[in-house]
Formats: sequence, structure tokens, C-alpha cells
Amino acid sequence: MSKKDSSFAIRRLHSLLGVIPLGVFLIQHLLVNHTATRSEEAFNFAAGIMGSLPFVLFLEIFVIYIPILFHGIYGIYIAFTARYNVGTYSTFRNWMFLLQRVSGVIAFIFIAIHVYQTRVQVFFGTEVDFDMVHQIVSNPAWLVFYIIGIIATVYHFANGLWSFMVTWGFTQSDRSQRIMSYVSGVIFVVVSFIGIQAILAFI
Amino acid sequence: MIKFNIKRQEHTDAKPYWEEFEVPYRENMNVISALMEIQRNPVNTKGERTTPVTWDMNCLEEVCGACSMVINGSARQSCTALIDQLDQPVKLEPMSTFPIVKDLQVDRSFMFDSLKRVKAWVPIDGTYDLGPGPRMPEKKRQTAYELSKCMTCGVCLEVCPNVNDSSKFMGAAPISQVRLFNLHPTGSMNKNERLDALMGEGGVAECGMAQNCVKACPKGIPLTTSIAAMQRETSFHMFKSFFGSDHEVE
Repeated sequence: MSKKDSSFAIRRLHSLLGVIPLGVFLIQHLLVNHTATRSEEAFNFAAGIMGSLPFVLFLEIFVIYIPILFHGIYGIYIAFTARYNVGTYSTFRNWMFLLQRVSGVIAFIFIAIHVYQTRVQVFFGTEVDFDMVHQIVSNPAWLVFYIIGIIATVYHFANGLWSFMVTWGFTQSDRSQRIMSYVSGVIFVVVSFIGIQAILAFI
Repeated sequence: MIKFNIKRQEHTDAKPYWEEFEVPYRENMNVISALMEIQRNPVNTKGERTTPVTWDMNCLEEVCGACSMVINGSARQSCTALIDQLDQPVKLEPMSTFPIVKDLQVDRSFMFDSLKRVKAWVPIDGTYDLGPGPRMPEKKRQTAYELSKCMTCGVCLEVCPNVNDSSKFMGAAPISQVRLFNLHPTGSMNKNERLDALMGEGGVAECGMAQNCVKACPKGIPLTTSIAAMQRETSFHMFKSFFGSDHEVE
């Protein structure tokens, strides 16, 4: 590209990574979690498949860790360059704008702690299985933290999908943007339900 | 009597302060005619003689954009802000997103610099007569006419959470102007130059989609549609020129 600076490409990359791979991974992760509603064995089986994928560390680094670090760190930079004004202009989209940034910061903190509590523990000799999650969410404080984290992450994904559609030029007219608002609302409710139902199955 | 509460500031770097005024009511007054009263007799509510309040104005019919300020919390033109329709005390503030020259007068150079940056004009100068340009389809003309109402008043930048000191975002107005000049049959001959400019720092990608601009625009310009249209155009432009391109136009 003949651009003088890379800010455009970085913003587009930030938008793309939020959906592919991160959004796709979020859905897949919550679906694997959801097997816990069937039985402990079903979850251990599903999680075992994920954990035993070939080149799993390579996959994790390039499909999850690098994209999430880039998306998260650049996202926090974006969040802190805005001057929020929902107090003066309290329109629906302005609130969504604020919540997108708030939920992003919550999700980033949540995911960092979550990765430490689960994936990093593997290096200390613990296995990622039903019992591990069970022990975390048996503590009501952690359960509440996880539920807040899941809702924030899912909101960030659903509303991010809305702005993804504008960013890449899919939804241009008012009408298409409004319809996408409903679609992203439904995605938020459905995916949140799946995520919360799954986490409650670990208690 | 009409009560005013005005945010004042001596110069760009001075500390702002509030001063109250009372102006005798006349029928059909707008904020500007009230400010003229204060200018004529600069005495505040405490009875102290003070400096006259400074503001910017020109056309007095909401087409020039010069007299924008924040009136009772919302950014708009003071010429069309009728006293009869305002709650009192009428709170007047400058548009804080711009450097303040004095009192309610702000420096909107940032917007004009952005218009230069995105080349918001149709270049036709040359050494010979180029003849008439291509005809413009009527439907396109109607869309373009709406966009052409922009008066660079700055309201869309004032309400935008992403236009501020810590960001270089140019705001909705210049982005919408790129759409206007790229719609123009002759203007579109240089559309790639404008898209390139929109893809620089502070360009269209930095829109956060809070969509305050379209709600606040005094001219009802479909700013968010313009921004989305430019998001689409720049996305295509990026893909087309990803590895360098010989598609100079189209």
C-alpha cells in the first residue's frame, strides 16, 4: 500500500481479529463449556479433544494469544483516547459506544485472570478438566466474577459484530444498521445464555 | 428579563469562568440579538461593568456555520436558537473541542485543514477549456445536494467522543465531504486521492460509531451513512491496492 502511515491497516486488522479468530473462538469455547450441562465426562471428553489437537501450543499462540494481545492492547489504547459524553448526549449508539469500551476492558482483565487460572496452571502440573473449573466457581465471588466476565465478553463480541459490519462496508444504510442492531441483540442474548448455562453447570 | 449564564475565557490559555447576565426581553429574540444587547451594555447581574462577550457570527440564517456554540448543553447555531424556545437561565458555552479564541468564539481551523487534507474540491484548473463535464444522474444529484448542505459549523465534531486532544480523528464533516466530491462525475476522477487521504491518521477508520454526529447535525445530513459509505469505499480501495495497483481510477 502507498499509505504514509499504517493507522488504517491497524484499525482494520483490529476489527478483523475481533471476529476472526477471536469471535469464532469465543463461540467454540462456550460450546465446549456447554457440554458440561450434559455431564462431567462429556466436558472432560470435549476439553480433552481440544487439548490434544496436534500442534496445540502453536495453534494457541497464533490463533488466540497473539490476536488477543493485539486486539486487547490496541483496544485499550482506543478506549482511552475517547472523551465520553453519554451524560450530555445519551443516545442508544452513544451508550453502546461507551459500553463497548467498558466491556472490552473488563473482558481483557477477565481473560487475563482466566488464562492464568486455567491454561497457565498446566505448566504447574494441573490438568484442565471439570474439577479445575469446579474448584474455581465453587467460590461465589469467583462465580460472580466469571458471570460478569462472560457477559462483558459476549456483549463486546455481539456489539463488535455490529461495528464490524459497518467498518467493512456491509451495513451502510440506516435500515441495514438498525436490523443489524437487532441481530446483534439476539446474538448477545443467545450466546450469553449458553455461556451462563455452561458456567452454572460447573458448580 | 432573560437570564444568561455564560462561560467566558479571556484567551486560548486563560482559565474559564462563568458570568451571569440579564437582558431585557423583546419579542422574537434569538441568542445573537441577546448577545448584542450584552455587547451594548456589558453589565453583569451583580451590576459590575465587565468586558463585552465575544462570539462569532456571519450569515444569521444558519447557512454559514460560524455562530455555533453550546446552548443549554447542546451544540447548535446561536442564530436559530430562539429565546422563546429556551429554558432559562440560558447557558452558553463555547464548543470545547476547538481551541477557544475568546469567550464563545472558537477556532475551527482544524476542520478547514481536514478539508484541505482530503482534497474536498473538484480540480478543474488547467491551460485549456476542458468542456462540459459528464452529466450527473438526478438521483445522485439529490443525494449530493443533501451532503452539500454542510457548512463546516463544527457541531458534529463537538458532539463526537472521538474528536479530542488525545486523538487526531477528523470527525464526520470532512468524511462526508469526500463522499460528496467522490459522487460528483468530474470530482470522482480524483476519488482515489481523497480515499488515500481518508486512510491516513485521523481518518475514517478512527470513527467509533457513537453516531452522535447524525443526531446533532443542524442540516440533517446523513453523516453516519456517509461515514459507512466511506468505510466501504476505503475497504475496497485497500483490497484493490493491497499489492500495488494499476487501477488509478475505478
